[in-house]
Amino acid sequence: MGNYSTNEFRSGLKVMLDGEPCSILDNEFVKPGKGQAFNRVKLRNLNSGRVWERTFKSGESLEGADVMDRTMEYLYTDGEFWHFMEPDTFEQFQADEKAVGDSHLWLKEQDRCEVTLYNGAPLSVAPPNFVELEIVETDPGLKGDTAQGGNKPAKLSTGAVVKVPLFLSEGEVVRVDTRTGEYQGRAGKS
Amino acid sequence: MSESGLSLLALLRARATLYQRIRDFFQHREVLEVETPLLCSSGVTDPSIEPLIVERGQSLAAPRYLQTSPEYAMKRLLSEGSGAIYQIARAFRDGEAGARHNPEFSMLEWYRPGFDHHALMAEVAELLQCCLGKREVHFFSYRALFIETLDIDPFTANTVALAQRAREAMDVGGLSGDRDMWLDLLMSHLVEPQLAQRGICFVYDYPASQAALARIGSSAGLEVGHRFEAYVDGVELANGYWELSDPVEQRQRFNADNARRREYGLAERPLDEHLLAALESGLPDCAGVALGLDRLLMLVCGERDIRNVLALDWQHC
Repeated sequence: MGNYSTNEFRSGLKVMLDGEPCSILDNEFVKPGKGQAFNRVKLRNLNSGRVWERTFKSGESLEGADVMDRTMEYLYTDGEFWHFMEPDTFEQFQADEKAVGDSHLWLKEQDRCEVTLYNGAPLSVAPPNFVELEIVETDPGLKGDTAQGGNKPAKLSTGAVVKVPLFLSEGEVVRVDTRTGEYQGRAGKS
Repeated sequence: MSESGLSLLALLRARATLYQRIRDFFQHREVLEVETPLLCSSGVTDPSIEPLIVERGQSLAAPRYLQTSPEYAMKRLLSEGSGAIYQIARAFRDGEAGARHNPEFSMLEWYRPGFDHHALMAEVAELLQCCLGKREVHFFSYRALFIETLDIDPFTANTVALAQRAREAMDVGGLSGDRDMWLDLLMSHLVEPQLAQRGICFVYDYPASQAALARIGSSAGLEVGHRFEAYVDGVELANGYWELSDPVEQRQRFNADNARRREYGLAERPLDEHLLAALESGLPDCAGVALGLDRLLMLVCGERDIRNVLALDWQHC
C-alpha cells in the first residue's frame, strides 16, 4: 500500500489512522510566521462514518488503506447477509448489517451499487442515487386530486417509506432519490 | 482557472494598484527601492524553512538556492550604507502550499535604520491602513495574548502543560515535539483564530527561542526576542525584527539551526559568509520586516484562498 506524507494528502485518499480505514475529506496546511508547519486534516472513519479532525506535523506520513470502490450488482439477502456480485468476474461478496447500514432500504435486486472493499471485504455499500421501487402499501388513491398538492406516506417493496402525491396507489412504481429519500416522480417519467 | 469572483483583468489591476500604492508610500518616506538576486550560493539555516534548489546550468559551479526571502542580501546593502530600503521580490519555499501558501510568492521587505521593532510596527500599521483603509489597530505582547486567550503563560509553563492545553482543545493523536512546537501549535490553531475579529493586530516580544534573526532583550524580567508578527482579520501578514547585528551571535544561531537540522534528519545548510562578513563590517542599528503581498491582496480583494489572487497559480504554470 505504501505510505503517504501529509503533502500528498488529497480529498478521497484512503489511509489508516489509529488502525481504522479513513477517507481524507480535507487537508489544510497551517504554518505560523516562523516555526513548525502543521496539517489540519479532516478524515471520515470508513468503519463508523464518524468525521475526525486531527492535526499532524507537516511531513508525517500515514499508511495507505487497502480500500477500493467497486461497482457491483446486488443479488439478494438471506436475512443475515446481503450478497453482491462483480459483473465482470462474477465474484461474489457478502456484506453484513454494519456495512449495509441504511442502504438496505434502497437495495433492489440487479441494481448496481458502489461497494467499498476493505482488505477484500465489503466495508460499506452505497445504493444508486436513484432507484425505482413499487408501492406495496399506501392509502387508496384519490381520483381527481392530481392537481392539488399534499402527499401521503407510501411503503415501498424494500421497506422504505417515502412521501408520495395523493393520487398514487399500490402497485405503481416510483422513482426515489436515495440521498434524500425524496419522491422524484413515477417510474419512466422523470 | 480559479473560482475567484474577480475577472483576470480586475485581479491584474488590483495587484498593480496595490503595488503602486506601496511604491508611493515608500517614495513619500524616502525609502529606496532595491533589487537583489533570487539565486544565492547559500540558503537559510532555519530548520522550518526549506528552499528550492537550482542544480544544473553552465553558470553554476555549485547548486544555488532560490531565496526564501531577500533578507540576507538586503542586510548586505545596509552594511554598505544604503540607508532605508525596500524591495518587492519573489520568494520560494518548498512544500508550502495551501489556502494561504504558494511555493512561489511575492514579498515586500523593508529595513529602517534607527527604528526599533515598535517604531517599525507603527509604520507597518500605517502601510496596512494605506492599503486596506482605516481599521482598528491593536498591540499585544506574545505573553499577554497567550494568557488572555488560553490562560497559560507561554514563558513559564512547561512542555507537559503546553501539550496538555493543546490536547484539551484538539485531537493531536500521538504528536510529539519540543516546547516551541507546542507553542507554535497553540499559536496557530487556538490564538490566531481569536485575532480574526480584531482588525489589525500586532503580536510582539516572542520567546527568545523563537527570536530567529531578532535581537534578544529583556521585557518585564523575561528574556524575549524583539520580533513581531502582524495579523489582519486573523491572516498572518508580516514578520519583523529589531535586527540582530552581532556577527558572533548570528554565527552561533546559524550553527544551532544546523544542529537542529541534523537532529531532525534534514540536510545542513552552508552558512551565508557574505552576510556574516557584512555584520562584521557593521550593520546599522535597524528594524526590518517581510510582508506577504499575495495575502495582502487577498485582504484587499476579499478573497479567502491565495490561488484566487494569483494570475497563474502553482498548478497552472
